[in-house]
Amino acid sequence: MTSLPKQTDRKLGLVIDLDTCVGCHACVISCKGWNTENYGAALSDTDPYGAEPSGTFLNRVHSYEVQPASGAAQLVHFPKSCLHCDNAPCVTVCPTGASYKRVEDGIVLVNESDCIGCGLCAWACPYGARELDALEGVMKKCTLCVDRIYNENLPEEDREPACVRTCPAGARHFGDFADPDSNVSRLNRDRGGIDLMPEQGTKPVNKYLPPRRKDQTAEIDVLAPFLEPVAEDAKGFMAWLDKTLEKF
Amino acid sequence: MARAQPTLDLSPKVSDEVRKTTCYMCACRCGLNVHMKDGKVAYIEGNRDHPVNKGVLCAKGSAGIMQHNAPSRLRAPLKRVGPRGSGEFEEITWDEALSIATDWLGPLREKQPEKLAFFTGRDQSQSFTSYWAQNFGTPNYAAHGGFCSVNMATAGIYTMGGAFWEFGQPDWDHTKLFMIFGVAEDHDSNPIKIGIGKLKSRGGRVIAVNPIRTGYNAVADDWVGITPGTDGLFILSMIHVLLKSGKIDLDYLARFTNAPVLVNANTDSGDHGMLMRDQAGKELVIDRRTGKPAPFDRKGVQPDLSAQWRHGGYTHKTVMNLMVEKYLDPQYAPEAVAEQCGIPAERIRAIASELAKTAFDQSFEIAQPWTDFRGERHETMRGRPVSFHAMRGISAHANGFQTCRALHLLQILLGTVEVPGGFRFKPPYPKPATAHPKPHSGVTPNAPLDGPHLGFVQGPEDLALKPDGTAVRIDKAFSWENPLSAHGLMHMVISNAHAGDPYKIDTLMMYMANMSWNSSMNTSGVIEMLTDTDVTGDYIIPRIIYSDAYSSEMVAYADLVLPDTTYLERFDCISLLDRPISEADAAADAIRWPVVEPDRDVRGFQSVLCELGARLNLPGFVNADGSAKYSDYADYMVNHERKPGIGPLAGYRLGPNGLTSGRGGVNDGQIDNYIANGGFFVEHVPDDAQYYKPWNTSYQKWAVDMGFYDSPQPYLFSLYAEPLRKFQRAAEGVGPHQPPEHLRARLKQVMDPLPIWYPADDRGQDGYPITALTQRPMAMYHSWGSQNAWLRQLHGVNPLYVPTKLMQQHGLADGDWARVTSPHGEITVPVMEMAALNENTVWTWNAIGKRKGAWALDDDAPEATKGFLLNHLIHELLPPKGDGLRWANSDPITGQAAWFDLRVQIEKVDAPQQSQPQFAPLKSPVPQAPETLAWKIGK
Repeated sequence: MTSLPKQTDRKLGLVIDLDTCVGCHACVISCKGWNTENYGAALSDTDPYGAEPSGTFLNRVHSYEVQPASGAAQLVHFPKSCLHCDNAPCVTVCPTGASYKRVEDGIVLVNESDCIGCGLCAWACPYGARELDALEGVMKKCTLCVDRIYNENLPEEDREPACVRTCPAGARHFGDFADPDSNVSRLNRDRGGIDLMPEQGTKPVNKYLPPRRKDQTAEIDVLAPFLEPVAEDAKGFMAWLDKTLEKF
Repeated sequence: MARAQPTLDLSPKVSDEVRKTTCYMCACRCGLNVHMKDGKVAYIEGNRDHPVNKGVLCAKGSAGIMQHNAPSRLRAPLKRVGPRGSGEFEEITWDEALSIATDWLGPLREKQPEKLAFFTGRDQSQSFTSYWAQNFGTPNYAAHGGFCSVNMATAGIYTMGGAFWEFGQPDWDHTKLFMIFGVAEDHDSNPIKIGIGKLKSRGGRVIAVNPIRTGYNAVADDWVGITPGTDGLFILSMIHVLLKSGKIDLDYLARFTNAPVLVNANTDSGDHGMLMRDQAGKELVIDRRTGKPAPFDRKGVQPDLSAQWRHGGYTHKTVMNLMVEKYLDPQYAPEAVAEQCGIPAERIRAIASELAKTAFDQSFEIAQPWTDFRGERHETMRGRPVSFHAMRGISAHANGFQTCRALHLLQILLGTVEVPGGFRFKPPYPKPATAHPKPHSGVTPNAPLDGPHLGFVQGPEDLALKPDGTAVRIDKAFSWENPLSAHGLMHMVISNAHAGDPYKIDTLMMYMANMSWNSSMNTSGVIEMLTDTDVTGDYIIPRIIYSDAYSSEMVAYADLVLPDTTYLERFDCISLLDRPISEADAAADAIRWPVVEPDRDVRGFQSVLCELGARLNLPGFVNADGSAKYSDYADYMVNHERKPGIGPLAGYRLGPNGLTSGRGGVNDGQIDNYIANGGFFVEHVPDDAQYYKPWNTSYQKWAVDMGFYDSPQPYLFSLYAEPLRKFQRAAEGVGPHQPPEHLRARLKQVMDPLPIWYPADDRGQDGYPITALTQRPMAMYHSWGSQNAWLRQLHGVNPLYVPTKLMQQHGLADGDWARVTSPHGEITVPVMEMAALNENTVWTWNAIGKRKGAWALDDDAPEATKGFLLNHLIHELLPPKGDGLRWANSDPITGQAAWFDLRVQIEKVDAPQQSQPQFAPLKSPVPQAPETLAWKIGK
């Protein structure tokens, strides 16, 4: 089985803001476009115009309804891709060493030339973040756009994952969690970022910012005294208006 | 097993070249970086420099590569050889196609130009297509606004000189509270997402009013799951509460609105309800300095909101006074409307209170001096950080116009329009209704129409009626049935033409409008009308010309198909004369240009119109010697001048000292200039002109310099809409232009010059207690063709979403099927439970359902086997009411199709093989789609 580095120099990953994600799927398709054209095999689609279209995606958005104890039901959009775990079970389970976690930055990758397409890593991943490409027979997963983030052929401002660059709502943030002052570390601290399924012991690098509390005006009306009437009818109002305008 | 990490190339070459153009996957029109490899499109991303999207791009935009390469692309002009609707065509040459079109259209123009009805769908070149139609001479032209959002556009323009949508946007940098009504995914889709992200990162709040909690409504801090169609009542109740507590911006109302304008208040006067004006036609206010009437715009005037004035024996009251009398009525008290709106009274108060508290207690100043139109200098710009946005959810009801007006009244009472933190116009807006053209319908054979088709009527005298009172236009726009139909009524064209009411036509020409499927109410009926024949076996609508890039359902119903290009293969201009891409702080326009040449025998429809115009000898399309004026659309974009110095593109024009913006001469290198600038042009609004635009002398001067107006046009916001009063007055029997008797009562009711709310007419709908709505998913909104290989994997099926209460009531579980019935028809569809939904509302994603044989999809594609349209349930007419008349299913003011008034009942049924109704498969005019895709251009 393949071993994980004891530690990595940097811990690159994403903060995904569930309060802001509107569920538009921009990240899903931008990822599909970049990674079809770039790193490794194309992300293929079978039966693309038929009864059961099925393609490889490295990032998908799921929507969940949440029914709080009181108040209206809510809908949470939940983008999901590889979390680049510190304790990545998909790496340790790999029989060929094709899956590995980079020492420099902690990105979990598949070396496609060594991948035999056995699918063990996809079974081992508790998040369902890996997909076996049906045409190529190799395992595909989020590369954190390793071919963008250091790419000297791109302007510096574009050296970030395609999903982050494209996210219209700015719900996705990329950075180094090893640096306590990085944008992602600060956001994670300030907004109470959470690990996904911590009980699995995978120590995911990516963090999720929880949605803020909703529907507060439904519960209390602390502001109502603000609306003290100035008059009860039109005549009274016009009198109030006269008086008020005199002060102008 | 530890082994060395493989060596990666961390700096692979990204592309050979980046070509920058404008997206057309929806109406948002973002800037694109198209990465080319080996001369082919390899990857599409957002252009960071672009004013609209600032680098981001939605799912549609990123999936553009699949649209550009879609197997459903048409390949050559087609001539129908089988019966209409069969899909049997033969491919012909462009010369033959253009000869056929010329042979059909030429004789019409010679004798009866109105026999051509030319309507366009998701057309982004309306200033061009309307110019063509005007030159042809037919009055029968419009785009798709009539079934889209004419209520939104028109109510905004009549009230304040612009609306939400392309006319303006929230001040995202300063707003703290953003309230949305009836917004699913909408126009300006990426800017709204960018804005919500910005607002939330600052800790700002979003309140969303919508029966369905998805998308923006899902991330809102507060969700109001309102009863559909009652938004106007909710808004008027908040207005009641705010007025009653004096929480309105009196200074703003006095200075910038017609609240202080005097109105004739005597019911026995012939001018009852008319604004008091001076001899020059200027509205009069009482000047607080003198206590005497003065024109509103006189230097130094201080308008008095509470004045009364006796004149000519008649009492005149201010608009403010009339509003107070109207909205303080207890019928608008929260307790009185709570049940109908489905919102507790305390919550209505709480939201009104939050609006006022944010607007007034968190007001702020920007240290930017400016001078108003009365010559008064202000040292700062005062901000009120509350902004609103609304869209189809409030406009696609029969009360939509007045509901949109009510919302504008609310934001104006709070003083939040065109101020920092509020709603801001985008140039060339603001532009009041009076600065727009009036509608024109004067037909002369063999000559152009007497002016632009569409416009803003100011009273009954501007209607498009024949001397006998019947409609001039085939869609009956600008008639008593829907006087303010500023976008026309595309949804009525086919049924009116089929009925020969008001008359029969010869040729129907359409562009990007899927009328035989998801763009019509009553889809099955429309299919029958398109194929119906008379006693001699001739089609009742004799000829249909259709242009589309894709094998849509409508292609099968055309006699002649003119294949369009994809958006990456064409020239286009997103013009300030049309629907521009401006932002609040800048005027902007853009082009598309062929980043790749078509590999099929297809042509951009606009270029085809240039040639067809020349063949038909249309004055605007031929030179004096009869030769073609424009070789193609690009030639038109550069060389056409609407007025001297004003062309389709405002950037890089020729001035006396080189390149200039706005007004300027023709520049042969203009398109190259645009391409070099990333496909767009931006001219920033000066700092002292950023806010208070309708009243700001600096903005007005800049707008004149840019060519938006010919002289400064300061105006007051029309809380009281006098043009409506003129129609109401006519209905009361005043004046030479009188409505038909059966419309009098309705006109009196709905043409109220102050915003009102009235329920949708539900007579004939007993037993249909559930409202059925549709919305488009974000990944497909306004997208032409949802057969996109990547996007259909996100939204390839559309269940009917049913709230928990109704699921239980009808014994339904996820995956069950239900029969959904309206007074007009029935469909059988799969259901899925949704809790975050108004308890008496069902909904589905629109336009997922496809007809077999269309869009190059396999016949067993889920879009065709399980997908469905609600359109089958909606008729263009309301159910019979027993009065012997059939009333249009539309807003009686604008004619906007009232899609969202649809009422249904549901019942559980055994699962059928496929969703119902099903139609015979169309014969596809394009080859079979590939069985797999692995779309890699580079090696």
